[in-house]
Amino acid sequence: MSAATQPTEAARHRRRRFKVDRDAEEWHGPYVRYDIVKEFTLALIVVLLITVVASILFSSPDVRPVTLRSWATANPVDFAQTAITELDGTSATAGYGPPYNSTPGVSQHIIGPISLESAFGVHHPINTMKDYVIDPLETLPNAPAVHAALTSYTSASPSLQQKWTGAYEKGVAKASFTNGSLTLPPGNYGPVAPMISSLTSMARSGALDGALVSSSQFYGTDYTKPLLFIANGTYMANLAAAEHLQGGQWGMMNETGSYPGQAWLWLYTMWYQISPFTTSSNADAQVWAIMMILTLALALVPFIPGVRSIPRRVGLYRLIWRQHYRSVEAGAGTGSGGPPAAAS
Amino acid sequence: MSADTAVPAAPATGAPALLPEDADQWTARVRRRAVGAFPPERLLPDRQPAYVASWIYVFGVLTLTSLVVVLLSGAVLALEGPSWWHQSSVGLFVNSTHLWSVELFFFFMVVHLWGKFFMAAWRGRRRATWVTGVVAFLVSIGTAFTGYLSQQNFDSQWIGTQAKDGINATGAGAFFNVLNFGQMLMWHILLLPLVLGLFVVVHVLLVRKRGVVPPFPAKPAVVPALATEVAPVPSAAAAADEEIGEQR
Amino acid sequence: MPILSADQAASRVFGAVVNLGKPGTYLHWGFIQLSLANFVLIVVMIAVFLAAILLPFPHRGGPRS
Repeated sequence: MSAATQPTEAARHRRRRFKVDRDAEEWHGPYVRYDIVKEFTLALIVVLLITVVASILFSSPDVRPVTLRSWATANPVDFAQTAITELDGTSATAGYGPPYNSTPGVSQHIIGPISLESAFGVHHPINTMKDYVIDPLETLPNAPAVHAALTSYTSASPSLQQKWTGAYEKGVAKASFTNGSLTLPPGNYGPVAPMISSLTSMARSGALDGALVSSSQFYGTDYTKPLLFIANGTYMANLAAAEHLQGGQWGMMNETGSYPGQAWLWLYTMWYQISPFTTSSNADAQVWAIMMILTLALALVPFIPGVRSIPRRVGLYRLIWRQHYRSVEAGAGTGSGGPPAAAS
Repeated sequence: MSADTAVPAAPATGAPALLPEDADQWTARVRRRAVGAFPPERLLPDRQPAYVASWIYVFGVLTLTSLVVVLLSGAVLALEGPSWWHQSSVGLFVNSTHLWSVELFFFFMVVHLWGKFFMAAWRGRRRATWVTGVVAFLVSIGTAFTGYLSQQNFDSQWIGTQAKDGINATGAGAFFNVLNFGQMLMWHILLLPLVLGLFVVVHVLLVRKRGVVPPFPAKPAVVPALATEVAPVPSAAAAADEEIGEQR
Repeated sequence: MPILSADQAASRVFGAVVNLGKPGTYLHWGFIQLSLANFVLIVVMIAVFLAAILLPFPHRGGPRS
């Protein structure tokens, strides 16, 4: 800014009425010694010390991830119960809508007809029947019985498929796992029973983990498919509940074990604990919208009359600047604290 | 001092002085504006107003130095790659320093935010300082979030499968896939730190430019009728600024 | 139906003087649920904030301009 334009801008500013919550007087008072580089260095040393001490004392958490293998090994019945819903399209992922598929009418709405979710479409397409059951089973070598079952299933009419999967869903609710295999009450499951049993064995062997991660390329870094499958079951959810990580447990703020978590997310997760968000099917969209508004308000505090006058009304500043106010009262300092007539 | 056509004195390094015909160069203009806004005494002051006399003022620099430790520990983690800390006890220790420096970073930043709020630190043309601070806070939350997603353990599995619903509800899930480890890691170590760094730099430069916010007027009844400019840092350049600004 | 707790799920917290890998303690007030660790952190933050405001700051001398 050149000297030529400075007075003009200054004059423009000077014409505004002084608002104590928005403006500040020039400081004409005393300055004191200040070593900014020393301050930075000391702060850095302090932070390094605390960090290293905390790391030695507490280390950091590293709970092993759930795999399809660990899940199907620990709870094969739950795995089978989830697998059948992937096959018949009733799982959470199958009926999710965008970005995984285009199930109509399931997208979350912020309010009324406004659904950003639908607007952006299906970018990570997942066909649960194919991706989670049919395709992995087809990779199995030396399994003629499975391939025969697959052919039988895929060539059947949709209504016959539904008959089989419907019966299996009912049966697997009462299933048990004995001697390394699933045991269901008698029923007309058709080829679905050997398919799900094979898939369960495949999961227990670890082959399903590999099949799902490398389904598109060798060097996979995208774990969407296996993670959604795991999340549709109850195994991971139960582990999370034991760690107080569930949404209804203020889980967003928490960490595994006794570690501190993310206390700064308290306001975000709070909404999920109160009505009507506890029961709303659009809770995610609604809470996000509320947080966006509050976040904007935080950023714009200086512009919001009433909010920006809270600091002055509360008066905590009197403690912070008490040395300054004392020296003003004593008549020593002549900065912005004193009446204009006394300004030097 | 910084008139358009004036030729500044030759710098101490002995490089040739700016010739009048070069004054309209982009380089010359950028340099003039930069040095005009941030003369060395303003960038690295050795004096500060006497009212800066409270421990609350150290939380800005504590936040900044915590961020430095976060970046350093993150850099060491990057040296060995994302699976190192699961396999090596040294790696686990470095991961711990990354976690605890992040906890310290948020701790100090929130105390700094509380302090700045109760001082109404946006006063006197410091609103941009406040806004960039809040944005830095938000970007930090995003950076931490992608960090938690990059842990490749149970925690990141859970956080990803839970967070996806909120993000999908906004439509952003089409582009920002929290279950895609590769994407989340790259956002965490490159994109978000760059954005955060940018806002932190702007925030700190604004603090240097405007100076630390002065206290509220001591006697509320006796406030100036008109708003004036912000207090400059005492220096040769600033003294000249003051002279011009004093013409009421 | 065996459910593995975090401890059993082979969580790797070794080399720590204080083992924070054990299941955490949680405090409840009405609809509020807070982990002990987070609670301690928040209390310390408030304490540090108040200390920062209340503790006397050494009066820096030096020539006044």
